[in-house]
Parts: sequence; C-alpha cells; structure tokens
Amino acid sequence: MSNTDIIIHDEKDNVGVVVIEKINTDQDCNCWIMENDKSVSIQSKDEIPLGHKIAMIDLNEGDTILKYGHDIGKVVKNIKKGEHVHVHNVKTKKW
Amino acid sequence: MEIPKSFLGYKRENGRAGTRNHVIILPVDDISNACAEAVANNIKGTIALPHSYGRLQFGADLELHFRTMIGTGKNPNVAAVIVIGIEPKWTKRIVDAIESTGKPVEGFSIEGVGDIDTIAKVSKKAQEFSMWASEKQREECPMSDLWISVKCGESDTTSGLASNPTVGNLMDKLEPLGVHLCFGETSELTGAETVCEKRGKTPEAQAKFKKTWNDYNDFILKEATDDLSESQPTAGNIAGGLTTIEEKAFGNFQKIGGCQFIDVLEPAEEPTKGAGLYFMDTSSAAAECVTLQAAGGFNIHLFPTGQGNIIGNPIEPVIKLTANPLTAKTMSEHIDVDVSKILSREMNLSQAGDELIKSTLRVANGRLTCAEALGHKEFVMTKLYRSA
Repeated sequence: MSNTDIIIHDEKDNVGVVVIEKINTDQDCNCWIMENDKSVSIQSKDEIPLGHKIAMIDLNEGDTILKYGHDIGKVVKNIKKGEHVHVHNVKTKKW
Repeated sequence: MEIPKSFLGYKRENGRAGTRNHVIILPVDDISNACAEAVANNIKGTIALPHSYGRLQFGADLELHFRTMIGTGKNPNVAAVIVIGIEPKWTKRIVDAIESTGKPVEGFSIEGVGDIDTIAKVSKKAQEFSMWASEKQREECPMSDLWISVKCGESDTTSGLASNPTVGNLMDKLEPLGVHLCFGETSELTGAETVCEKRGKTPEAQAKFKKTWNDYNDFILKEATDDLSESQPTAGNIAGGLTTIEEKAFGNFQKIGGCQFIDVLEPAEEPTKGAGLYFMDTSSAAAECVTLQAAGGFNIHLFPTGQGNIIGNPIEPVIKLTANPLTAKTMSEHIDVDVSKILSREMNLSQAGDELIKSTLRVANGRLTCAEALGHKEFVMTKLYRSA
C-alpha cells in the first residue's frame, strides 16, 4: 500500500483531509476514501498543513461543502480543485 | 480481542462501584473554599473541591448548583464526604441527599464559629474518614459497573477522522455489556442536530433532544451580538483545520459510534433508565461538561483531543487520546492513548478501539491518568444566569 496523504470520509465528499505533516504545492497526493476503501489521486495547488482540507473538485460560490457525507457549510469564494479549503473560502450556514 | 468481563473497583454501600477512592472536602459556597482547602492541607488523603459559586443563586440555577454538589458527593469514586458551608441550611440539604447512598458524610457550617475552630473540628472528622477509606480494597466488579462519559476538546479534523471514531468503536463494543454511557455538548452538535435527534431510541428521547437543542439555540440567538464565529469553532479548532461549527459537530458526533441514546438528561442529572447511552445537556467547555457528567454519577471519562486539551477532574479520571501525530509528540505527557497510526493506516479503527478498552480498564483498575499524574483537578460549576 502506498502512503496515504489525504483521507476522505465519504464517497460523496468534495473535500479531503491532509493526514501527513503537510503537502506542498503541485504535490501528487494519494487519497483514501474510508467509506468504500477506494483510492484516488489529486495534485495540490497550495501548501496545506496536517488536518486541513483540500478541494477534490472545482467549487463555486454558493456550493455546499460535503464532509462525512453531510453539509458542513457554504463556499463564499470560488475554489479550484486541489486548493486549500478553510475559513477564507468557506463559511457556516448557521448563525 | 475478547473483552474482559470485569475490573477492580471499590464497591460502595448503594451497590455502585468506584474506580477511585477519594475523600472529598466539599465547600457549599465560594466563601467556604478557604476552610475546605485548609482541612485538605491538614489531612492527607483528602481533596478539597473549591469553586466560585453558591451564594444568592435562585430558581433553576440554584437547583443545578445543588444537583452538582449532591451528585459529586454521591459519585461512587468518592468514599466519604465532608460538606462545609457558611450557613447550616443549605449544608444540611446537601449532606442529607448524599447520605442516601449510605456513605459516610458530615456537614459543618462556619457562621458563629469562624474559620479556625471550624478547621480544627472538620480536620478531626476528615482524619477519621481518610483513615477509614484507606482500608478499602479493590474487588472484582462486572464491566456493567463502569459508567463512561465522553467529551472531546481542542478538536481538529483528526478528532473526527480517528480519535472520536475510536471512542465510538469502544461504545459499540461495551454497550452490549450493560455499561452506562454519556455524551453531551449541546452547542457542539449544532449542524448535526437533526442527524443526532434521529439517534434517539424512542420518539420521547428524540422529542426531548429536539427541545433541548432548540432551547439552547434560542438562547444563543438571544444573547449573541453577532454570531458565534469567535467562539465556535475556537481558534485552536481553526488552527487544526476545522472550518465551521457543522464540521466540528459531525466530527464530535462520531464519539457515539452506532449507539442510540435512551434518554436526555438535565445537566448533572443521574440516569435512571438503566444501562445504555444517555445525552446530557451540557456546555461544550471541557471542565464544565466533565464536572456535570461526574455529578451525574459517571466514574471514568474518555477525552479525545486534536490540538491538545489538558483538562482533568478531581474525582473522575480523564483518559486522553489523540490521533494527531504532532500533538502525540509535542504534548506526550498529556496523552494516555496515541491512535495516530490510524491516519497512517498502520492501525484500523477496531484495533484502536481495543487499545482504548485496554487503557480504560487499566485506569479503572487504578493506573493514574496523565491528567491525574500532572495534578489536573478542574472542578467547574455551570452557572445558568446571574445571582440575585
């Protein structure tokens, strides 16, 4: 088994979580989908630290972020596949 | 792994079992702290539980104060209790309720006596209790004597990925053995509240959860000046990669595995519907939550952390686990169980759950937790509103 750089909870999720100390810009990463034990790959567009999220597809303003197969917030700034997903481009739908 | 059938605990007069054997000096109110601490300093083998409240509280807030005081005294991890208050009436109310367990308890009030004579009188009784408790022996107790509470803190995405699901795996394995289980954190289920509601075993449990969460949310909407984005997620959560309260909530929710909750408890309320999982309405502040769960009668606590919360409790041992490899390395003195190998896929969830069960039993049998060895004894009362 090759090393896992990113874990995705659910097949439906459009973000994955970095599980190594950090991934660098333009790094080819191995992703493991926990739900179905499948592997996919992605090239990063940002440097992303441990525990932070990466966009698995292009996302537009207003789109919903799915993690654990559930709605965890809305995109407030367009995000390209491979970019860092965090408080600068995603906000809660509560409050 | 074959799950052990028993642990070594302290059998109490009311049939419960403790994982610890504390003699506590419990102040009813803030101004009795000095006396309680002086007694605990005089008499070895006792511990004072100072706190900030207990004066001029009223209504539901006062009831919660009493429930927390009484529940702490009744907890089976406590062998004997001394209660000290400024006035005799509230002191007696607490003593009488703790007495129902059959454990040794005695109350003292300071008014008309003063600190020094009170300390002398109480110290004599505390010495008697401490020496009596020191002869108690651990005996074999069934697993169903474990009452396990859970709460996570300084969470990050590794909590939702691995350490919280490890706790969930333990719950799935221990629930069939008749263990009592408890999760809380009403605020940090926001975003996952409808999914959580459906985990209620009965329509009544679901309706009770829904009302509890709605009441909480109404309170937030009333008190919040802008939104909770400064507090939820916390700066630590955000540094760890958590972006929204919804993301935090779904991570949090992994702690209950596939279990369903049979009832919703008021803060510090003791469960009465038998073994199984309970939801308790608590704050998500770590020390407040664990203090309430301990007062509900839970005798061992599991605390997954991502960025490294360091909390402990004076009477309920708090076992910390993390899946964050950096935290496991940089804060190793706080971490009882390292499950970071889940992220590198060198360990699967079931193996991690087994490791946690083993560690839980070692602590139940008497091994000190990191928090105990480091002297963490955060005892924090939950206050519902200002005093009269």
